[in-house]
Formats: sequence, structure tokens, C-alpha cells
Amino acid sequence: MAGKILIVDDEPNIVISLEFLMNQGGYEIEVARDGKQAVEALDKFQPDLVLLDVMLPYKDGFEICQMIRENPKWKHIKIVMLTAKGREMDINKGLALGADAYITKPFSTKELLEKVQEILNNSSNDA
Amino acid sequence: MIQNWAIISTSLLYLGVLFAIAYYGDKRAQENRSIISNPYIYSLSLAVYCTAWTFYGSVGRAANTGVGFLPIYLGPTLMAALWVVVLRKIIRISKKNRITSIADFISSRYGKSPILGGIVTVIAVIGIVPYLSLQLKAISISFQIISTHPGIHVQGEPVFHSLFDDTTFYIALILALFTILFGTRHLDATERHEGLVAAIAFESVVKLIAFLAVGIFVTYGLYNGFGDVFTRASRIPELEKLFTLNKEVTGTWGDWLWLVFLSMMAIMFLPRQFQVAVIENVNEKHVEKAVWLFPLYLFVINLFVLPIAFGGMMHFSDGSVNPDTFVLSLPIVEKHNTLALLVFIGGFSAATSMVIVETIALSTMFCNDLAMPILLNLKFLKLDQRKDLSSLLLFLRRSSIVLVLLMGYFYFRFIGEYFSLVSIGLISFCAVAQFAPAILGGIFWKGGSRTGALAGLIAGFIIWVFTLPFPSLVQVGILPERILTEGLFGVGLLKPYQLFGLQGFNPISHTLFWSMLFNVGLYVTISLYSKRSGIEQTQASLFVDIFKYTGGVEFSPTWRGTAPVKELHSLLRKFLGEPTANRLFRDYARKRKINLKETFEVDADFVQFAEQALAATVGSATARAMISTVVKEEPLSPDEVKSILDETQQVIAYSRKLEEKSRELERATAELKAANQRLQELDRLKDDFVSTVTHELRTPLTSVRAFSEILYDNTDLELSQRQHFLKIIIKESERLTRLINQLLDLQKIESDTMDWNIERIDIVELVKDAVQATSQLMNEKSITLDMNVPDQPLYINGDPDRLTQVMLNLLSNAIKFSPEEKGLITINIAREGDQVLVSVKDNGIGIRKEDQGLIFEKFRQVHNPVDGRPSGSGLGLAITRQIVEYHQGKIWVESSPGLGSTFFFTLPLASEMAMETSPESSEQPQE
Repeated sequence: MAGKILIVDDEPNIVISLEFLMNQGGYEIEVARDGKQAVEALDKFQPDLVLLDVMLPYKDGFEICQMIRENPKWKHIKIVMLTAKGREMDINKGLALGADAYITKPFSTKELLEKVQEILNNSSNDA
Repeated sequence: MIQNWAIISTSLLYLGVLFAIAYYGDKRAQENRSIISNPYIYSLSLAVYCTAWTFYGSVGRAANTGVGFLPIYLGPTLMAALWVVVLRKIIRISKKNRITSIADFISSRYGKSPILGGIVTVIAVIGIVPYLSLQLKAISISFQIISTHPGIHVQGEPVFHSLFDDTTFYIALILALFTILFGTRHLDATERHEGLVAAIAFESVVKLIAFLAVGIFVTYGLYNGFGDVFTRASRIPELEKLFTLNKEVTGTWGDWLWLVFLSMMAIMFLPRQFQVAVIENVNEKHVEKAVWLFPLYLFVINLFVLPIAFGGMMHFSDGSVNPDTFVLSLPIVEKHNTLALLVFIGGFSAATSMVIVETIALSTMFCNDLAMPILLNLKFLKLDQRKDLSSLLLFLRRSSIVLVLLMGYFYFRFIGEYFSLVSIGLISFCAVAQFAPAILGGIFWKGGSRTGALAGLIAGFIIWVFTLPFPSLVQVGILPERILTEGLFGVGLLKPYQLFGLQGFNPISHTLFWSMLFNVGLYVTISLYSKRSGIEQTQASLFVDIFKYTGGVEFSPTWRGTAPVKELHSLLRKFLGEPTANRLFRDYARKRKINLKETFEVDADFVQFAEQALAATVGSATARAMISTVVKEEPLSPDEVKSILDETQQVIAYSRKLEEKSRELERATAELKAANQRLQELDRLKDDFVSTVTHELRTPLTSVRAFSEILYDNTDLELSQRQHFLKIIIKESERLTRLINQLLDLQKIESDTMDWNIERIDIVELVKDAVQATSQLMNEKSITLDMNVPDQPLYINGDPDRLTQVMLNLLSNAIKFSPEEKGLITINIAREGDQVLVSVKDNGIGIRKEDQGLIFEKFRQVHNPVDGRPSGSGLGLAITRQIVEYHQGKIWVESSPGLGSTFFFTLPLASEMAMETSPESSEQPQE
């Protein structure tokens, strides 16, 4: 089943590739290029899942992740951290903050799609 | 005239103050809060050297001999310069060996010889008692002058009343009481008498103030300052001759030298000086300050001697007043009763301080080195069978004090009237000078022997007796006149003032010459030829090499073998009393961790300890004799002693080495720690760097992979979209390559392995070329270019490729951030002094103030608030800065957000000299 995906990344070419991939998967897409836009989009777009980069202007991905998890009205939103920060420490931090998955860049397009589908399916089963 | 009662009550009040100070000093010492433990009190206590002789006699001597009074103070000043070498060594030796007096010192050095100690004591007592009486005489005379003047002209000679009417007698008794109270509180004579020393220091202050007061009164009260006194005195013929170093008046240079030498010895070896300087010394370090403080005291107290002498001579021009009394007479005839009373107290303090300290020193010697050994040797007294001798010892010490003072008093009453103040003092100086060879030789020359010291001392003493006190008996009338003129027994060579026919010396120089010649001669010669016993050699090593053996390692080389605990204990109990003996044994047992109840015999170390404890009370010679009665084994042979000493030295050297090693280790550990911290810091920085670099590498790689996979999986993509994705892949690959190249560049610059091709280049040309290279990019964004550059070339020395890289970087940044269509880039080149200033201005988005410093750092990109992150590597500006700085230039940015940025950099111009040899100027004809 399809869902709404918010892509948060400041690297234009990566955004293009993610847009293409998520379109292929049949999802509804919105793009945010920095932390501020991302927070605005959360309310406006009401995504089911966020593809979240870490290194972002204004507010980094970890902060956004924490914000989403602290706010009950965004409880259902799934978070996939998608970042070039690949140290163990960063991964643990992301998962500890409540991300549902942590994928390091460069990523396999197939795996990313599968992961997104899997998470969204699980959440719809829960519901 | 001042009433008798006023003088007496002032004196008593003053003595009361002394008692109070001494009491307070002792109390503080008991509470372990010493008031005397500082170099200032120590130096003041040394000023006990300045007796009534200084106070009254200096002026008297100056009146007769002009500056002739000075040698007595020059000597100590010179000696003070040597204190750090001599006095410190004597102090160290005395503390280590628990020396109680100067007699004990000499006796201990030459094998703890009782005879030597006895002889030194006899010399000291005979030599010093007259000097002691001199002080009592000074008190007596000053008392008479102040109480009878101005009735009659006083010649300064005491008028004797019956013993019980004589104030001086009572003062002597009070001083005896004071000395007993504060000088014999402990049986242990090496214990410091802190209260007493505090009182002495106080007296030194009082006499200084009093003397300065009368000096100022005479110089500035009676006359108009130093100049006035001297000018007026120089108009009087008899006084005028005092100004010059006239042979008849001030003495010959030879006399001066002898006097300086004599007083150098006196400051070291007078029993009272030895007492305050060595026995009462709290801390060796105090000597270092005393070296200049004490001479300073002497200088100040002598400042007004000449003005007072001249003032007195002019005031009492009829010669009716003894110059020795000027200090007191001048205030009295001027009716300054308060000042007169102050001067009286000043003289009183000078006299009493000397009497107290000298008495303590003499009585300790008398008791330990004369009375005790004799009493113990008198078998019929059966002292060795008495259980406790400590009370006897205390009684002996106290009676010695009374005895010494009474000797001084009676000498003063019956003989003292025939001598002036100064002469008695110098006679005493000559007596103690006899100690010099034995002591100085003893601490610097291991070869000095007991027999040598004994012979030298006895010979010197006999010559002293014969040439100084003996002829004065002629003056008194006890001996016939012809001994002086014809010699003893009619032998012409034995004239007391011209011994062995020596003429042309004054009596003091004469005595000093002969006594020193014989003393030193016999000491050295006999020492060279005499065989020394084992203990003599041991003590010699201990004294001479004291600094080698006091490295914190305890040793006991003089005894081998053991002693029964019981007998050792009863010996200590006998002399120190039961409680002290018990306490000493208990403390020592605890320190060594032995149980005395289960121990029958103790080892050499314990014996040594017991001997030292005993020596502190009865002196080293007696202690040695007593200990030898209970120790079983023979003393060590000299060779054995030597080997033990060597071993001790090795142990000390070894422990020093160990200390050094452990210090080195500590240092190394600290260095390691610091290095480790630095490494950790570097590690963290490297970690951060690697993390950032990988992040930067992953980003373009992400696009490359994602689009490659997309193209691979979707073969049916439209051509235009396919082309678009492929172009992204190419661009991101280029970005990756650029990033890698920049990283390598940066690494090269930072590690200093970059190959720089420095040559002479025209910066204008270089900038134009770089602009040309980027014109395509500018055209694409329709950016307007404004070039503002000079027509003339501007030469710099630099690497053209790297500087081009700088320009390209700045230009591409400017292009990147400029708006399309409306973009404007302005390039300026200007000469500023010996620098060229290049600027690249854009009208782009600008940089916030807080970011302007950061952008030149590695990976510090500033996020574009509109378009998200820029597509740079974050290394361009860092490299640019490194290149500019390598060329000794500076780079900075000025910007306001929204209005654009201007990047500036400077480079030093090549020198004019170089210009002349450049191709452009080579057109000039060459020679």
C-alpha cells in the first residue's frame, strides 16, 4: 500500500534520486531542504514516513528525530535515517533517539525501497 | 642630678622587662612557636659582641686614637664574609655532635680529650673573667656618674662602698638569678635557651637606640651636624691630628692588621659569641642573612663614635672628664636627665647582655669540662656509686654561674680599677685567640692531633700570661719594676714587653705575634709527627668531612660491640634523671622497633645514641669516659673506622643517586603523561578529520551509486531523463575527483612536502589569465565583469600554478554565489606599499559576520539559507589560505548578508633590486 513520504536532504542530486525512487514505489512525496522546512512539512504534509539526513542547515537530523519522538501527535510517523555519517557512534545515537531504521550513504536503491515498504507495511498492520 | 632611687628603680624595671621577655620567649618555645627563629633575632643576638666596651669605650678610644677604634669592628665585618664557610660548618658539626661549648668542641674534635677540654676551660675562665668584671665596672661607673654629677668632676673611677652597700654587687646577684632561671632550665646544655636569646636580642635593640639617641643629641643638638663637629674639631690642634692615619696616634699599619686579625678571632671564639652563634642557632640558614645584617648593626652603632668623641673633647677641653664617660657626661652636663637615663640603660643593657651570655658559656664549660671530670675521678667521693647525679649536676651548673659572676665581681673590686675599659677587653681577645689554631685547623685539616693542639694551646697561653696579665701585676705593684726592664730572673730575653728581644710592637701585637707563632708552630709541627689514636682519627674525619656525612643517613662508627641495657640505662639515669632516661629509652626503642624488656644487650647504634644524649648534658669527653665503662668491646681500630666511614659515605652517595633516579623517573612520567595527552588530543582531531572526510566522500558517491542503479534497473527510461542522470553521475564523479585532489594538496601543504616552483611572475597577468579561464562560466550565468587593474606589471615571487588556483577558487566561489542575470563581479588590483592587494567582489548572498572567520577552516561550509548546501568540498578556501600564507600574504573577507562578499588577499612585491635585473630592464646597455 502507498503512503506519504517526506524527503529531508540538502544535497540536490540525492534528492532527485530519492524522488525518482519513491515515485517508482508509488508514494506521495514532499521535499524539505533544511531543518526548518522539514518541521513545517511535518504539520502541513503529515507524512507517514520521513527519510531523514543528519547534516542539515538550521536543525540537524538528530534534533528533528528527537522532536518527532517527543511530540505525541507525531507518534505514528516512521523515521528512516539516511546519512553519510557512518560511525557506529552515530548509528547508535540515531537508533537511541527513536529512528526505525538507520541507512548509511551510499545506499542500495533496492534495499532502501524494501526497507521503506517493510516499515510502512508493519505500521499499517499495527493500525 | 638624678636621684639614686630613680636610677635604681629604672634599672630594676629594666631587669623586670628582661625577665618578662625571657619568660615569654621560653613559654613560646614550649608551645613550639619560637619567637627567635628568624635571621633578624639571630643577628641581633650576635650583637652581644657590642658590650659596655663598645658603648662607652669606643668613644674613649676614639678620643685617644681617632679612627683607631675601628679595627675592632672591621675584623668582625671581614669575618662575617667568611661565615658561610666557617660558621656554617662549625654549627653543623656542633649540632651533629651535640656540642655544649667551645671547650667541648675542641675536646670532641681531638678524640674527646678531657685534658684538652679542661685546658680550654681554664684559658677561657682566666681570659674572660677580667672582661666580665669590666662590664660590672662599667655599670658601677655609669651609676656613679649619673647619680653624683654635676657635683664634682668625675674621673670615671669607681668609689667603693662596703660590699653590702654596693649596687653593683646586687646587680651581679640579680644577673646570676636571671642566668640560673633562664640558662639552666634543662640539664641538656645543647637545648636552646630561647627566652634568654630573646632577651639578649632585645638588649641589642635597646643599646643601639640609646647610643643613636646620644649620638644624634651631640651631633645635631650640641652641634649642627657631622660637618660642623668635624670642622670645629679640626681647628683645635690636638684634635686635628686624630683625623689622619698618624702613626703615633692611630697606630701603625701593623698594629691595625693585628687588631683586625684579633677581632676576627674574637667574633668567632669568644665563649659568648660561640654560645649565641653556634649553640643557640636555630637554623643554619640564618647565617646567610646575618652575614650582612650583623656588619650593618656594627656600622650603625659606630656611626656617631667620632662626633661624640670630638664633641666631648671640645666640651671638656680641660681634660677633667674621662673620655670613656663622654657618652653619659654630655647629656648630664646639658641637663638632659631623660636622655642620660636612657644612655645609662643602654650601657646597662650592653653590659648585662654580655655578662649573662658569657656567664652561661663559661659556667657550662666550667661544669662539664672541669668540675665534672675532676669530681668523677675523685674516687673517695664514690660518685660512680650514686644512683642519680642529675640533681648534683644541676646544682653544679647553677653554682658555676654564681661562681663565675662572683669571680668577675671580686676581680672588679680588687684588681679591675687599674685598667681602662679597652685594655682589659683586648687582653681577653688575645686569650681566646689561642683557640683559633685548634678550631680552624680542626675543621679543615684532618692531620691536626690532640698533642699538637694541647702543646699549641699551652704554649700560647703561657706566652699570653707572661706578656699581658703578668706585667700588669707590676703596674699594680705586686711584682717588682725590674722585671719589665731587666727581664724575668734578670734574663734579658724574658722581658714581658720585649720577649726574645722583639721591639717596636705595642703590647697587644707583641703578645699576639709570639703566642700565635708558638701556638700555630707547635700545633702544626707536633701534629705532623704525632701518632693519632683511633678515636682521634674518627673525630677528625667527622669534623672535617661533616658535610659528607650528614646526608640524612645516621651512622655510628665509634663503637663496635654491645652494652647491657640495664647498665646503659642506669648510666643515663644517673646523669639525666630517671624520667628523662626512661623517656629517651622509650622513644629510641619505639623508633628502632625493639622491645627493651626482652633485650639484654643493645648494639653499637644504641650505644652511640646514649653517648650523644649524655654528651649533650655533660660534654663529650665525660660522656665518652662514662660510656666506656659499660661497653664491652674495644673501640674500633682506625682502619675499621675508616672503612665504616667510607661505607657510610657510599651509602649516602648511593641514596643520593637513588633520589636523583626517582626524581628523573618522576620527571619522565610527567613527560609521558603530557605526551600521551597530546597524542590523545591529536587522535581525537584525526578521528574528527577522518569522519568529516569520509562524510564528504560518501555524499557524491551516494548520487553516483543511486543513479547508476536506477539506470541499470530502468532500461526503459526516456533519453532526456537518462542523459540528465548520466550528467549527474559525471558531475558527482568530478566532484569526487576534485575532493581527492584537494585533500592531497592540503596534506602536502600541511606536511610541507608540496613542490613549490617559486619564480618571478606578474600578478596582473596571472589574474587576467584566471579570469579568462572562468569567462565561460560567467557567460553561462550572464554575469557582468568589472576589471580594475593597473597597466603596469606588478612582480611578485611565487608559484604561478598555486596562485592561479587561488584566483580560480575565489572566482568560482564568486560565480557560484552570484545571482543569475544580475550578477556583478568586480576585480581590483592595487599596489599598497611593498604589497599588492587583490580583491574579488560579488553581489551574491553574502556571509554572516559570525561565519566570516570560519569559512577559511577545513570543511567549514556555510549553508546557503536559500538553496541549501553549496556544492563545494569545504576545502577550497582552506587550501587558498594556506597558499596565500605560504607566500607571506594575508587573506580575509568582508561581507554583509544579501549584499555580496569581497575576498581580499595581499602578496609581498618582489624587491626593486630584483626589478633591475628582470628582463624588462635588461634593455639598458650593459657594462
